[in-house]
Amino acid sequence: MILAIDSSLGSSVAVVDPATGDVLGRADSETTRGHAEIIGDLIVRALHDAGADPADITHIAAGMGPGPFTGLRIGIAAARAFAVGRGVPVIPVVSHDAAALERLEAEPERPCLIVTDARRREHAVSAYDGLDDGIPHRVAGPELLPQDADPWSILAEDLTTGRASDDSAGSVRRPATEQTLAISAGAIGRLAARQLAAGRIPDLVEPLYLRAPDAKVPGAVKRVST
Amino acid sequence: MNRAEPLVLGIETSCDETGIGIVRGRTLLANTIASSMDEHARYGGVVPEVAARAHLEALQPAIEKAVADAGVRLVDLDAIAVTSGPGLAGALMVGVGAAKALAISLGLPLYAVNHLVGHIAADIVTPDSEPLEYPTIALLVSGGHTSLLHVRDLTTDVELLGETIDDAAGEAFDKVARILGLPYPGGPQIDRAAVGGDPAAIRFPRGLSRASDLERHRYDFSFSGLKTSVARWIEQREGAGEEIPIADVAASFREAVVDVLVTKALDACAARGVPRLLLGGGVIANRRLREVTLERAAARGVTVRIPPLSLCTDNGAMIAALAAQLIQSGREPSTLAFGADSTLPVTEIQVAEREPVAT
Ligand SMILES: [Zn+2]
Repeated sequence: MILAIDSSLGSSVAVVDPATGDVLGRADSETTRGHAEIIGDLIVRALHDAGADPADITHIAAGMGPGPFTGLRIGIAAARAFAVGRGVPVIPVVSHDAAALERLEAEPERPCLIVTDARRREHAVSAYDGLDDGIPHRVAGPELLPQDADPWSILAEDLTTGRASDDSAGSVRRPATEQTLAISAGAIGRLAARQLAAGRIPDLVEPLYLRAPDAKVPGAVKRVST
Repeated sequence: MNRAEPLVLGIETSCDETGIGIVRGRTLLANTIASSMDEHARYGGVVPEVAARAHLEALQPAIEKAVADAGVRLVDLDAIAVTSGPGLAGALMVGVGAAKALAISLGLPLYAVNHLVGHIAADIVTPDSEPLEYPTIALLVSGGHTSLLHVRDLTTDVELLGETIDDAAGEAFDKVARILGLPYPGGPQIDRAAVGGDPAAIRFPRGLSRASDLERHRYDFSFSGLKTSVARWIEQREGAGEEIPIADVAASFREAVVDVLVTKALDACAARGVPRLLLGGGVIANRRLREVTLERAAARGVTVRIPPLSLCTDNGAMIAALAAQLIQSGREPSTLAFGADSTLPVTEIQVAEREPVAT
């Protein structure tokens, strides 16, 4: 069984059967703070919900973001520590890809954008044009855009080269872009199972912070005398 | 759970060291430390976000290395321990998240403990040492904290006598090093610059040491005024076109820090009638601090304990050691409902202890 953890927005934990893709157990919290407080409880509840024992876990799926960095790290830290404890591998999953999986399963023919809150008046945005091996095919992103910018602008390059001119991504009648408010660990786990089956595990070690740390190299020493 | 000689893995991520330690009762088995110090050098001080990112990267390899070093298997562990605070919130959270998941994955009890009290517990797992006697006064000095404690019992009774009201002592070293044009971290740089300098050349102020300060701040520290005073002294000399005697400035500054630390610590020993002083924290690496402490303590009949440097700087072994003591004294594990507490008071030795189950 796959234990999937994502804390890129709220906190979400799920247990997924890799053979069937069934979500066997889940526990979620939508609060975007207090990830460290709640993560242990969610793991216990998701395992319990699935009737699973830690020893049943064969893989860990970790949502790698994008997401505001303080919270994002908690789920990844938990995923890696659980993996060490059981001696099982971690499968990294781009959190936006998991959200796109849910959208594209509902409407496979329709390109979609995943837009999430990145704080500081910015959105994290990714664009997808469909499923490939059942895995969302990301054509742009994830990247940060000002909240007031048109998220479709991340496809600007494709639009100008005409690549997207014949599909709805480039047309005037593009789908509405709704902000994704929660990433489901169930989708993270299902996508991890497909990545595993297709042998397409992303080479992703660093979380998708998308921002450099807030740190300033100090300038000259200031005078203290007046 | 083996309560007599518990095998505990401790996780420490409160500042810039990712520390994983493994102890069996009072015996140190592994002390793995991955530091992000080099990444902070260009910023002249610890950058919390840089530290937190580095913890996440270092965690998994550090746990694996500690387990290999200790020659144990994770399934043999009796408990997991983790620092809940005080420290940098974002950095602490990485350890808290990891510790919870590790404990659940192995079905082990989890002990969430206080970082400062952990520094005292470092003494317990110091190889070939006699058991620590209580009560003791403890002086904990690092880049993140400067605290004076009265420890009556490690697991139940630790009192904060005083702490810094502005910069930590280690921070003062970093800032004065910068004023002198020396790189980060400042401690070893100041030490090097002070070679051959006269510690009595310049009388820099001793913070919170005037008679008028002693009433309210007898055991508190302040290093911000000292830093300003060094800067002003240098500016005045430079303004007059004089050369700066770097060695004298470094030696005199260091003497002011050391003097105030040792004076207050020994004052606490005398006032509390405790003839024992324990040192901890990374600044203990400063040889002058150790020398002056030993010299003046001996003159006052105070016994000094200094764990080896690898146990003085932030590390996971001290966190495991504290948890081992809590387990031996019959304490229940923590629940999973705790977080990082960047200002956790020293009186909270363990957080979120589970209510004992009625039998
Ligand atoms: Zn410390």
